[in-house]
Amino acid sequence: MSTATRSLPRTIGAHAILLTYTAIALFPVILVIMNSFKSRAGIFGAPLTPPTPKTFDLIGYTTVIGQGDFIHYFQNSLVVTVASLFFVLLFGAMAAFALSEYRFRGNSLMGLYLALGIMIPIRLGTVAILQLMVASGLVNTLTALILVYTAQGLPLAVFILSEFMKQVSDDLKNAGRIDGLSEYTIFFRLVLPLVRPSMATVAVFTMIPIWNDLWFPLILAPSEETKTVTLGAQLFIGQFVTNWNAILAALSLAIMPVLTLYVIFSRQLIRGITSGAVK
Amino acid sequence: MAAAPKRPFRWHIVVFLAPALLVYTAIMILPLAGTLQLSLFRNIDQAQVFVGLENFRRLFGDPNWSVNFWNALRNNVWFFIIHMLVQNPIGVLLAALLSSPRLRFSAFYRTAIFVPTILSFVIVGFAWKLILSPLWGVAPNLMDLVGLKSLFTPWLGKEQYALTALSLISVWQFVGIPMMLIYAALLSIPDEVIEAAECDGITGMSQFWKIKLPLILPSIGIISILTFVGNFNAFDLIYTAQGALAGPNYSTDILGTFLYRAFFGFQLQVGDPNMGAAIATMMFLIILGGVCVYLFLVQTRLRRYQF
Repeated sequence: MSTATRSLPRTIGAHAILLTYTAIALFPVILVIMNSFKSRAGIFGAPLTPPTPKTFDLIGYTTVIGQGDFIHYFQNSLVVTVASLFFVLLFGAMAAFALSEYRFRGNSLMGLYLALGIMIPIRLGTVAILQLMVASGLVNTLTALILVYTAQGLPLAVFILSEFMKQVSDDLKNAGRIDGLSEYTIFFRLVLPLVRPSMATVAVFTMIPIWNDLWFPLILAPSEETKTVTLGAQLFIGQFVTNWNAILAALSLAIMPVLTLYVIFSRQLIRGITSGAVK
Repeated sequence: MAAAPKRPFRWHIVVFLAPALLVYTAIMILPLAGTLQLSLFRNIDQAQVFVGLENFRRLFGDPNWSVNFWNALRNNVWFFIIHMLVQNPIGVLLAALLSSPRLRFSAFYRTAIFVPTILSFVIVGFAWKLILSPLWGVAPNLMDLVGLKSLFTPWLGKEQYALTALSLISVWQFVGIPMMLIYAALLSIPDEVIEAAECDGITGMSQFWKIKLPLILPSIGIISILTFVGNFNAFDLIYTAQGALAGPNYSTDILGTFLYRAFFGFQLQVGDPNMGAAIATMMFLIILGGVCVYLFLVQTRLRRYQF
């Protein structure tokens, strides 16, 4: 891009705004983690300073660890999130392709039908869902959660992906057809790679609510075996209402796995969102 | 295309659509329909009896219900207004800054600003409760640094501020979503368009307003409707921070928490699935209204550009 659009004050201004907002975004997280390593006196005496040798204390963590099985909860969350994500992306992309590519009777009606789920929270059907899971013996299994989250994620995935698939050039697909590719090959080999960036976008928006959901784990799978990390953390913090060391330690333990995972994958994630866009 | 006579049945369309349709219908639509149906029934003598719109008459007319309902609806509208006025402009601003070419550390900013969005309501709710707590004193200390300590009050505990404070916490958490969507939209604008604008002498701010903003309008439309739907479904943050009673004195009660109390009961009130279903139906209609406005008034007027 030409240098005409760039000037020093403008750059400094941009950095100042971005830095300020970054500070606002990170401050609560850093504050919680920092104070979780302090003694009670340190937490209340000097909340804004990092732990010093004098205030360093792991009492919060020793209280918390041993009372819950965070690794196991974490595994459950991971299984549920990854499996749901896989089904949402696969089924969602297939449906989006059918809706955006082919003209058939009832196409727009089908689109509207699937779009209904964007507006209606699946939670409104909780009682009936619970009945269904009880009837099929899926209560307290991760399968129940995966099914619900797949259904929950599909509408938005179809909606966003078909917006993007409309932008895939028709010439390309028709060229594929002339070369004798089947519709399935066109979808999996031509279209899917082209919409990969938007798949990443959909993945982010699907994954976050699943990982963070408290409602369905609490209702459909509250057993010790199937507890997710969000439910585990909620119950955990509830036990230590007045013990600030323990609350801060539990919060940090809930934050850190997600944060670690995010830091590891964020580059791919953001590259995924933008790679198709950067030419 | 449609002229081809006796085209063989296109099975691939069925194959592409079937998995999504099956899961979606069985797990989502049927239970939702069941809930909407429930709003027309009452449990009388252990049996569900059809009562028509009686539940809705109670919801709007019986002071036991209507006071809470209108209060929750008002609060929900305010919750949404704050999101539209604060979250989306900030998201657009951050995305516009991030997408400026050759900006250093932009990967760092993106990653950092998106962090709150990946945290759960449980963490966000508790963390902000601690920060705003007068017991801990972090917020008053910080305000003291800029000489505003006198302005501090325990916001979450005061009726007139609690809802706004919670809305801003929610904005803090979700600003990453509009930022990322707009950022991706801005990056997808072809360089040729920008170069053409520069050749015509349109740079800087006017380039943003005249060239980029019209091109990202569809994304802004999507974000607005997502915000609307998300806000009128909101529940978790309020529940985590203020409990099911949405205190102080119901001042942070929104439709989601109201539904929860009606549906599952709290303290002395027994849960009433039928009234809960009636509230759920109202939420459904409100959201449906918003989405219709978007689909028929906004989206059809947006021009889509294909590059």
